[in-house]
Amino acid sequence: MTVEHGDTTSPSAVIARLDAERKRRLVAAIANSVIAHVDELTALDSAIGDGDHGHNMKRGFEAVLQDQEALSGMSLPDLAKAVGTKLVTKVGGASGPLYGTLFLALAKELPDEPSRTDAVRAFAAAIGAVKARGKSDAGQKTMLDVLVPAHQAFAAGEDLAAIKDTAARAAAATVPMKAMRGRASFLGDRSIGHMDPGARSSSLMIAALCDELGDG
Amino acid sequence: MANVGIVIVSHSPKVAEGAADMVRQMVGNDVPLAWTGGNPAGGLGTSFEAIADAIQRAWSDAGVAIFVDLGGAETNSEMAIEALPEDKRGSVVVCNAPIVEGAVIGATEASGGASLAAVRRTAEELSA
Repeated sequence: MTVEHGDTTSPSAVIARLDAERKRRLVAAIANSVIAHVDELTALDSAIGDGDHGHNMKRGFEAVLQDQEALSGMSLPDLAKAVGTKLVTKVGGASGPLYGTLFLALAKELPDEPSRTDAVRAFAAAIGAVKARGKSDAGQKTMLDVLVPAHQAFAAGEDLAAIKDTAARAAAATVPMKAMRGRASFLGDRSIGHMDPGARSSSLMIAALCDELGDG
Repeated sequence: MANVGIVIVSHSPKVAEGAADMVRQMVGNDVPLAWTGGNPAGGLGTSFEAIADAIQRAWSDAGVAIFVDLGGAETNSEMAIEALPEDKRGSVVVCNAPIVEGAVIGATEASGGASLAAVRRTAEELSA
């Protein structure tokens, strides 16, 4: 396999050159992680939402998995665009347009072989797009409460294991928060004490990404 | 000039269809009207593609006002608007109004030949 690892702490180094098989494994790892946690995501969303997050995400990522061969032959931006489009059209819940927006914005910002600087910038732009789409920001018990700190860790030059750890702790940190956006906000104080399902799915995706990039 | 079109987007096809029935009762066929509800698998939810299709069905050169119920209906509607060709994008708005009352009042306003801005303003006064 032709995987070259740059120095991941150097801002200008290419993070990892991804050949087709590596791209396929990356897509499959993220999709399979979300699919494997469908019951947990459903339970989290049943507690403070409408209970559809697990199955909506599963439907979207099953469609992504079906296309993994075609996706692996694409450039990184085209791959992100195809995944984003798939999530927008298949997921159906509020998470479809939100995750779709994340991937579609990444597609616009990522070059074919991103340096760490490129990836940090693209991720920041994608988070900005999610904030605009959801009219939300960190602190409101949403996926942004994982994406924002994960990005901060990434931008600060932390390694993949530390970024994964940050994402997991950030998802857990949504438990005591009060939901300000989405259907969970209807519960007011009763949303306190439950992990946000979108934060959990974001941390799952980041963990799968970090694991896969880390053991090439 | 054609009347402004109305699109109703609910998580539930029954709610969307019922709201559309109430609109028709008020304005008959004077206003282009389309509704959609349900996710791509047929469950409760919304579908980007179905909303994009509903916008086409209710298309009017005077513009289209969309009425939504909860979160995903709004975000998916916004994405459907952004997917339109650039010259059409500015002619479609999501109204911040209760779905049933907003659609009925908005359509009534539209049936009198009001502009898209006036339809939206009238519907959004319900939330003021």
